[in-house]
Amino acid sequence: MEFTTRGLWTLVHGMGFGALYLLASSGALVELYRRCRADTQASITSRDNLFLNVYLVTMAVLAWATVLTGTYMIYPWYRAVAPAGTAGLAAFPQMLLRSNPATAAWHSLGMEWKEHVGWLTPIATTMAAAVQIRYGRNLKNHPQLGAAVLGFVLVAFLAAGIAGFFGAMLDKHAPVEGGSMVRLAQGDSR
Amino acid sequence: MKSSDSDLRGTQDGTPNGSGAAAVLAAGIGCFALALLAIAADNSLSLKALLVFYKPTGVLSGVTTVAILVWLASWGVLERRWKKRTVALGRIAGVALALLCLSLLLTFPPIADLF
Repeated sequence: MEFTTRGLWTLVHGMGFGALYLLASSGALVELYRRCRADTQASITSRDNLFLNVYLVTMAVLAWATVLTGTYMIYPWYRAVAPAGTAGLAAFPQMLLRSNPATAAWHSLGMEWKEHVGWLTPIATTMAAAVQIRYGRNLKNHPQLGAAVLGFVLVAFLAAGIAGFFGAMLDKHAPVEGGSMVRLAQGDSR
Repeated sequence: MKSSDSDLRGTQDGTPNGSGAAAVLAAGIGCFALALLAIAADNSLSLKALLVFYKPTGVLSGVTTVAILVWLASWGVLERRWKKRTVALGRIAGVALALLCLSLLLTFPPIADLF
C-alpha cells in the first residue's frame, strides 16, 4: 500500500480537508436553520452557542486549508508543463487532459470552474463564523441576519460541492502523482 | 444605506445590526471581486501578467489574493461605518446574496467566456 507524496497531499486536500468540510456543512445548515426558527430559541443554551462557535470556526479553518493546499500545492503540480519531447504525460495532468478531446472539458470546464468557485467557500464560512461569534444567541433578535448567514452557508456548501465533484473527477481521469513513495503497509504477494 | 423605520424590522431588541450587515455585505463584495478579477484577467494579458504573484500557481495566486484584500478592506471600512448603527439589513443582505450568487454564475466557464 503505497502513495506518492503528491498523491498523498491530493488525498489530504480532497478527502481530508475538503470532504470534512462538506460533511460538516450539513450540521451547520441544520443548526443555523434551527436558530432561524422562532419556536426553537428557548431551547438554545450558552453551551449550544459555544459549540456552534467552535463548529463554524473549525469549518472555516477546513475551508481555508482546502483552498490553500489546493491552490499552492496541488495546482502547481497539476498545471506543470512537460519539457519538449516528453513521451508520457502522466506526470502532467493538465496537459494529459487537454491532449485528448474526450477529456479536455474536465480541464476547460471542471478545473477552470473549480479553481475559482472553491474560493467562495472560505470567505462565506469565515463571515458566518464571525457573525455567529459576534451575535451568538442574540442572533434570534436579528432574523434577517440569521437568514443571510444561512443563505451564505448554503451557497458555500454548493460551491464546495462543485469543487469537490470536479476534484474527484479530475483525479479519476488525470491523477496528480509524483515525488517519493510513502509506504503505508506491506502486504503478502502470492 | 441609511436606516429608516422599516430597517428596525430586522432587529427585535434594539441592538445594532451594523456589524453583521458589514460582514455579510463584505463577503458578497469579496466573492464578486474574485469572479470579476478572474474574468478581467482572462481578457487582459497585461492584467494577467500583473496578477502572477506566485509563478507556479500563475494568475490564480493574484486573483485570489487581491479578492481577499478587497474583502477584508471592505469589511474593515463597513465595520467602522456601521458597527454602532442599525442599517437596512433586508436590502443589504439581498444585495450581498445577489453578489454571491452572481459570483457562482460568473465563475462558471461558459458564462465567464461570454465576456
